[in-house]
Amino acid sequence: MASIEMSHIVKKYGDGFPAVNDVSLDIDDGEFMILVGPSGCGKSTLLRMIVGLEDITSGDMVIAGNRVNDKAPRDRNLSMVFQNYALYPHLSVYENIAFPLRLAKVDDGEVRRRVEEAADVLELREHLERKPANLSGGQRQRVAMGRAIVRSADAFLFDEPLSNLDAKLRGQMRTEISRLQRRLGITTVYVTHDQTEAMTLGDRVCVLRKGVIQQVASPRELYEQPVNLFVAGFIGSPPMNFLPATVEGTSLSTPFGAIELGEERAEKIAGHDLLLVGIRPEYFEDASLVDEAKKPHGSTFTAKVDVTEWLGDAQYAYIPYEAPTEVAEQLKELSRELDSDQLRTQAVVSIDSTSRIREGREAEFWLDTRKVHVFDPKTGENLTRDAEAGRKLTEMATEDRVEQVEQARV
Amino acid sequence: MSTREKVGWGVGGLVIIVYCLFPVAWIVSLSFKSSDDIANGQFLPTVFSSENYQQILVGDAAGLFLPALVNSFGICLIATAISCLLSMFAAYAIARLDFPGKRIILSTALAVAIFPVISIVTPLFNLWRQIGLYNTWPGLIIPYLSLTLPISIWTLSAFFREIPWEMEQAAQVDGATPWQAFRKVIVPLAAPGVFTTAIIAFFLAWNDFVYGISLTSTEAARPVPAALGLFSGASQFESPNGPIAAAAVIVTIPVIVLVLLFQRRIVAGLTNGAVKG
Ligand SMILES: Nc1ncnc2c1ncn2[C@@H]1O[C@H](COP(=O)(O)OP(=O)(O)OP(=O)(O)O)[C@@H](O)[C@H]1O
Ligand SMILES: [Mg+2]
Repeated sequence: MASIEMSHIVKKYGDGFPAVNDVSLDIDDGEFMILVGPSGCGKSTLLRMIVGLEDITSGDMVIAGNRVNDKAPRDRNLSMVFQNYALYPHLSVYENIAFPLRLAKVDDGEVRRRVEEAADVLELREHLERKPANLSGGQRQRVAMGRAIVRSADAFLFDEPLSNLDAKLRGQMRTEISRLQRRLGITTVYVTHDQTEAMTLGDRVCVLRKGVIQQVASPRELYEQPVNLFVAGFIGSPPMNFLPATVEGTSLSTPFGAIELGEERAEKIAGHDLLLVGIRPEYFEDASLVDEAKKPHGSTFTAKVDVTEWLGDAQYAYIPYEAPTEVAEQLKELSRELDSDQLRTQAVVSIDSTSRIREGREAEFWLDTRKVHVFDPKTGENLTRDAEAGRKLTEMATEDRVEQVEQARV
Repeated sequence: MSTREKVGWGVGGLVIIVYCLFPVAWIVSLSFKSSDDIANGQFLPTVFSSENYQQILVGDAAGLFLPALVNSFGICLIATAISCLLSMFAAYAIARLDFPGKRIILSTALAVAIFPVISIVTPLFNLWRQIGLYNTWPGLIIPYLSLTLPISIWTLSAFFREIPWEMEQAAQVDGATPWQAFRKVIVPLAAPGVFTTAIIAFFLAWNDFVYGISLTSTEAARPVPAALGLFSGASQFESPNGPIAAAAVIVTIPVIVLVLLFQRRIVAGLTNGAVKG
């Protein structure tokens, strides 16, 4: 059990490129922290600095109150699951799991007891005598986890442990990891690419961009109160729509009609002319299916639908719009950075699956304007972010965690 | 593959095998011919005789051949062991560490390997005489290392490079010192590579003639290839082809045994299952 505190951590590789730049992050004892961001943003580098496989250029890494910058990996008492598992192919599953204990010179009886305990947790009992080569991907993954949990490490570190599994297995292992972490109540740092993993597993999520922290918050806060365009665009799938907008009094004029902001939010955006409005797909609805009582909270507009996708439980409609060139450029840049492949400026709209809206026709949509955010296209900053509301969301998540860990410990 | 292609490959392979094995078969047959039968002009001996084998194992030539066999085994095994051990460390450093001069080491090793042996044997002869290494086991082991080390380093570093670095890092996170990680994880994984290297190194040393003939003078250190050159016929007018053939057959046997023994270990694939795939 330990907390991990990083202050002003910098990592420069041989070529002087700062892969991690001035990262300060405190991870509480027992917390599940997710590191997420596009490829090459420095997630793995940060994780490897925590575990000691990568030298720290400057800054302090403090684990359980001790500065560990100059300690070798074996002196840090952390355990790690590698992206490719890194099982020892010449050893049986039993010996793979027992490896850390053998190094620590634990006596045979104790080794057997602990390996079997770990094997029971991970349902590996009947595979103990087999070699890793003969196991399926999911089983190998569990062996790697077994090796991590068999010794009482201060923290678990995971580097994209599920990225090579198929979707179904990934779902299973995800709940498995979550259950295990809560049960053992061990501080966990988990690197991932995957939205779902980030949102479902983490107590808090740290979004990185080019080696710099953008926002550290609970998944809910990230989703509802993102600090900037990057976080807003990165979290959520399908991603948030960004529409160009100009200010007119207390409302915004957008390709989808006027959006009324109200006094308070209008004040925050005063002094800007060209802006970006961020609207999540689910803030839209087929206007004919919206309650009369709800309608006044938003605005309606008509637009021509390009494509619809019916998925059974949900339905997406794609609506192209015109954007001034400077905004279009900016959006293209953003989507490139987010590894998404949006080619044209179009809004993705989530509508009820019973909606009869059809491709190629004009249709009437309703848009919930209460939760939209307004961004400054130059700096990317979220002008309408409610920091107080966000803080509350993260506090709630922390309370939940403490409660769950306590329950697990009884 | 169509049947025609299969037949084509089969015939082609057969031709190559016959071409390669014919001289070997000839030597085997020669070794069974008695001294007056050698020039019989046929492939097979008229009568199979063990005269040549008797001569080199218990007869006149035994004094020359048997100590040479012991020397060859001893010297080659020691040279192989040393070269495997040294090249394991060197290759590991080359595969894992980034240090200045890495390329120089590799290219020097290559240069040494292709450097003609004959051009250093004379200076070596003089030097060895001066410092008392002439006609001793170490006097041959050292030059043999220069033959075996470069190729060992090259083969082994290729093997080490194949082992995912994560293996070792995982071991370190699990609590291993760098030395433990090397011994418990890397060495077992590199075992097929080490066997391959050992066999290649052993053959190189086993087959050497130039050093063997130049740096030795008596049974104290003379290896088999050099001893073969010193065989003489029963009389001055008779060439010792029969005994030489018999000795050649005998020295080929360990080579074949080695290959058969370690064939399966040489076939790698041990890293299967280390990483997800
Ligand atoms: N050994 C290295 N030498 C030089 N630069 C490196 C090295 N390893 C990583 N980098 C650089 O550091 C940056 C961060 O790499 P890192 O592996 O941490 O990314 P990541 O966020 O884990 O990406 P991914 O999601 O693709 O795994 C990248 O720009 C990469 O090019
Ligand atoms: Mg990575």
